[in-house]
Amino acid sequence: MRKKLMSLLLTGVLATSLLTGCGSTDDNTAEGTAATTESKQETVDLANTEVSEETAEITYANFNASGGNEETLQKMYDAFHEEYPNITVNIETIGYDDYFTQMQTRVAGGTAPDCYELNIENFAAYANKGVLAELTGIDTSGYNTTALNAFSVDGKQYGVPGNFSNVVLIYNKDLFDKAGIAYPTDDWTWDDAMEACEKISALGDDIYGIYQPITFNEFFKVAAQYGGGVLNEDKTEFTINSEENLKAATMMISKVTETNVQPTEAQMGGMGDWDLFESGRLGMIPTGIWAFNTFADACDFNWDICVEPGGTQKATHFFSNALVVNADSDKKEAAATWINWLASSDTAAQMRIDAGWDLPAINNEDVLSGYLKLTPPENRQAVFDSLNYLTVAPIIEDYSLMSDIITNKLSLAASGEITVKEALDQAQEECTAQIKLQ
Amino acid sequence: MSKKRQKRALKNAIPFMLPSFLGMIVFSFLPIIISIAISFTNWNGLDKLSYKTLASNFVFLDNYKQILGTSEFWKVLGHTCYYIVLYIPMVLIMSLLIASILNKNMKGITVFRIMYYIPVLTSWVAASLIWKWVLSPQYGILNQLLGYIGISGPGWLTDKVWAMPAIVLASVWKDMGFYGLFLLSGLKAIDTGYYEAAIVDGAGKMKQFFSITLPLLSPSMFFCIIMALINAFQLFPQVQIMTEGGPNGATQVMVERIYTYGFKYFKMGYASAYSWLLFVIIFILTLIQMKLQNKWVHYES
Repeated sequence: MRKKLMSLLLTGVLATSLLTGCGSTDDNTAEGTAATTESKQETVDLANTEVSEETAEITYANFNASGGNEETLQKMYDAFHEEYPNITVNIETIGYDDYFTQMQTRVAGGTAPDCYELNIENFAAYANKGVLAELTGIDTSGYNTTALNAFSVDGKQYGVPGNFSNVVLIYNKDLFDKAGIAYPTDDWTWDDAMEACEKISALGDDIYGIYQPITFNEFFKVAAQYGGGVLNEDKTEFTINSEENLKAATMMISKVTETNVQPTEAQMGGMGDWDLFESGRLGMIPTGIWAFNTFADACDFNWDICVEPGGTQKATHFFSNALVVNADSDKKEAAATWINWLASSDTAAQMRIDAGWDLPAINNEDVLSGYLKLTPPENRQAVFDSLNYLTVAPIIEDYSLMSDIITNKLSLAASGEITVKEALDQAQEECTAQIKLQ
Repeated sequence: MSKKRQKRALKNAIPFMLPSFLGMIVFSFLPIIISIAISFTNWNGLDKLSYKTLASNFVFLDNYKQILGTSEFWKVLGHTCYYIVLYIPMVLIMSLLIASILNKNMKGITVFRIMYYIPVLTSWVAASLIWKWVLSPQYGILNQLLGYIGISGPGWLTDKVWAMPAIVLASVWKDMGFYGLFLLSGLKAIDTGYYEAAIVDGAGKMKQFFSITLPLLSPSMFFCIIMALINAFQLFPQVQIMTEGGPNGATQVMVERIYTYGFKYFKMGYASAYSWLLFVIIFILTLIQMKLQNKWVHYES
């Protein structure tokens, strides 16, 4: 009995060590097959290559089409294949939750697809680590410049914007009517918004004025609205606890801790912010334009949008996913042709808009005008007006780490455990200690 | 068995063992060895994994020094201990309770056995999502039930103090069937003769439990404690899904950190070092328990 138990235990211990080992290395057993070449900066130069008659078969991985737009993407590819019959694309659509873990393993194992999609946070890490090919000589004249510049690192273009979206202020018209106040306008500041918030909150115990997530994502934008930012101009130093940032963070947090026109975590009780708006108990929510379809279906009250309020100036969010080419691919030209077509051709852009997927990052007004005709919201023009104030996330290599540190400190402040000033000071200290900037 | 026959038996066994043995080498032993190597480097998890990349990123013990020097490591270890202190007694008591219920000879007992075992077979993803709803402060059934008896329940997963107990609650629910089954087989193995003798001697139920059941169950209990402790240190899926380490990092535990560092912050070397520290902790604790078992574990034979 005793011996048997011992062996059983040892098996248990061994199993543990196996699990531990696996946890960190995962599928990286490809060591034996991985090429020993140093990853080198490779470039794709379409200008120097004649459109080759050779057929190429490439793989394209993405997450953005998952959950409803797989067919649209397939239709886009069919149109592309008609135009470029010699390029065959195998499309892999992977759910967002698994996408980045899988992509990381594939890049490290040398089996990454020829071209793929990256969100803005991961784009920075990948570009800085030299696993993306520089794109030169592609025709970029059709792109929205802000979007295009978001994916250029040190003057080199490593990706094209596959889509874009921004954030606007969505408001519940019925609640504004009930409170007897005027609807928000494009030139509102946060002071105007706070005034309206208090009146709307006064309508009932479980009615709130606004919900703005206390996260890094909101913070860097609000900081820009007050003339601040988390990094200095040339991204060599953190400036998290600056005067301007303190004003911004105070505005964000005092509406939870002091006026309580925004519900606390406990008051939310695990409910999502969109759900709260849909339930008709929330006056305003600054959120992404990807909420339109959901709100159109779920809200049984009137709602509309306008440009988000500002501080001393306006600044609005901008999100975009990059389409990139793998530095190790041997079919870079074909890959670049496909992603460039997918991101900027009028045909693809039109399909994207017709399907109500998201906005193509292009500057062709004719194509974009189709988007304005869809309602609700009535004031869809605000989506484009917001583009005048775009602010881009401060992209650094350790973006996720910085984002987590700052979010963590801000939520500590929102729960009342530390003051806003302490939160920013601590975030500044931790970011400086843990993150090396170039 | 003679040496010769032993040899022949081994020869015959090899072809049967080979398939699973190969799998174990490729998917378990190699990764273990490679992860030691990675833990001595600051490999980012994106550069191609090769001897050359590892050699050029070699930092030797820096990762270990760095981890042990941060307050985060000790904080995370503290969270794990908080979990263990709540989880182990609760899961043992609940399992023992289930085992003694299931040990009764009554009609339809198999149905109960299956019922208690279902949570064990449920995937953690599904279980966590359901528990998230159960624990929702305003809409969850748990706080509603507490409300009937006049207690206003806490914001389970959003409250710093209550988040870990909430995770313990879900874990106990899920694991008690597993340990219960082990303890049940332990109970079944106890010779009924002991109880008969005890009754003749006039021992009550309590006396029987503490003087016969517990000592004779100690080998099974010992096994359950060790397994539960190892599992506790590897706490991950329920945390990742129910709280993602929040609120404000109150449920950050080691495996969650390993995942975050490796796959979110691109610090694979740091993450590997973290997982080896986890292994060392589990290994030492298990050794200590093996030593301590002489004091309280009774083997019948």
